[in-house]
Amino acid sequence: MKAVPKLDAPALRADFPIFEQEIHGKPLAYLDSANTSQKPRQVLEGMTRFYETSYANVHRAVHVLAERATSALEGAREKTRAFLNAPDVREVIFVRNATEGLNLVAYAWGGNNLGRGDAVVVTELEHHSNFVPWQYIAQRQGAEFLMVEIDENGDPDLEQLEAIGRDHTVKVVATNLVSNSLGTIHDLGPLVTWAHEHGAIFVCDAAQAAPHMKMDVQALGADFVAISGHKMCAPSGIGALWGRAELLQSMEPFLLGGHMINSVRVDRTTWGELPHKFEAGTSPIAEAYGLGLAIDYLEAIGLDAIEAHEHELAAYALGRLGEVPGVELYGPPAERRAGVVSFNVEGIHPHDVAQILDLQGVAIRAGHHCCQPLMHKLGVAATNRASFYLYTLREEIDQLVEGLHAVRKVFA
Amino acid sequence: MTDRGLESLYRELILDHYKNPRGHGVIEDADAEAEGQNPLCGDEVSIYVAFGEDGETIADVKFSGRGCAISQAATSMLMEMTKGRTAQQVAALDKDELLAEIGVPLTPVRLKCAMLGLTTLKVALHKAKGTPLPEGLAGFDELDLT
Repeated sequence: MKAVPKLDAPALRADFPIFEQEIHGKPLAYLDSANTSQKPRQVLEGMTRFYETSYANVHRAVHVLAERATSALEGAREKTRAFLNAPDVREVIFVRNATEGLNLVAYAWGGNNLGRGDAVVVTELEHHSNFVPWQYIAQRQGAEFLMVEIDENGDPDLEQLEAIGRDHTVKVVATNLVSNSLGTIHDLGPLVTWAHEHGAIFVCDAAQAAPHMKMDVQALGADFVAISGHKMCAPSGIGALWGRAELLQSMEPFLLGGHMINSVRVDRTTWGELPHKFEAGTSPIAEAYGLGLAIDYLEAIGLDAIEAHEHELAAYALGRLGEVPGVELYGPPAERRAGVVSFNVEGIHPHDVAQILDLQGVAIRAGHHCCQPLMHKLGVAATNRASFYLYTLREEIDQLVEGLHAVRKVFA
Repeated sequence: MTDRGLESLYRELILDHYKNPRGHGVIEDADAEAEGQNPLCGDEVSIYVAFGEDGETIADVKFSGRGCAISQAATSMLMEMTKGRTAQQVAALDKDELLAEIGVPLTPVRLKCAMLGLTTLKVALHKAKGTPLPEGLAGFDELDLT
């Protein structure tokens, strides 16, 4: 058995300037990393240096700054390819975030491949970003939009999928790899196999998975995979979509304009080669460079060490929160989840819980987590969600637990 | 800061309205009603209005729903504030009047919680009486007025 590597969270935390402050006179317990992660100096200072020494527009000019900026952008693309273990760097499209990547697939693939008699299947666990674009494009194309419910283990119900397959021509199966609201790490193997056996493409929302576990799009067997940089120590405004080259080549563009063309005449415009066909307009150049720096940072720590750290924190949090009277926990056991714990405090709305916690320096997310169908299933309007990352300490979870006792006191 | 912050936002009056909401319930065959949601935190409020004999004065107003303490307490306060006023008066009711009653500073996010009841009541009156829609909703031609 391979030894699980450990990371040194207190030492890594020193890389993150945000923690050098108090909130309401208390140390900051930032338990909202599934919402967005904090940024290490290595990324912040690297981006500043880039702007100060190497910034210009890419792919257009011949001067030295343009060359430096182009090599920064394309270097980041290669790092992203390696991070995802994608076969070809031309298959990596820079987008704003996973949401934009999923919209790209829904519009550019769905717009030409979905029609009457076809169906798109998502699961009850989807973030709205992998739900609403498909619902919308299916309606526009006259296709059906179907949702597979989750079973008692929180996994997509494969029997429902089988039933759908008997009555429908399924063209797209779209699911996440890690649930943002429950933290469940899904075994997507059976779903991918099912999709391909039925002639459907498999679209994976990996926004919540990429920060926390080693990604391998080839082993996953998906056709499209979308990630968001901001959840993995990179700046906001940058993400990536990976897609199989033959699919990307067969697709029409999503956004149109500068850079994505080959030639433009008044009667006809032809599209550029991959990945440029899908990158209209000036790219988020420094942000992409920042994504590359974030990947360097995560890989130096090791994704397996990050994943192990999160399992450990999830187990600790489940145990500690279980001690608080009136706390109801949602989701799978610690070994099947990334660093996400959703819970409710009996009789107290999550917004009130989160507000009182904030006054004690504890930042959590309260709401439906962009998962209204799942909240409906759980029979709640909203939950509290504490989420962890490589810089999270046990002491922060202790601070959360103390805070919850104070919450209960206010509403006693 | 901590204790004062807690005391100011979750002051006794708000917790009292939250725990013992005034005008909580349903009016069967209401003259005006509407449902409102705050998608930010999942607050839900339904408001029911019964007019008096003049058809203008709010003889009774009730609400049902679930949500955070701020949304539910503010709606409870609103029930007390609006009973006995006319539809036109309530349609013109300034949000500052309700905020003064709430009496604590609110962040922009929590302001949406606090305004849910008032917005929903104004929508209910708009549907029944054609009074002006609340700020922010005015200008929508086709509202989903369920």
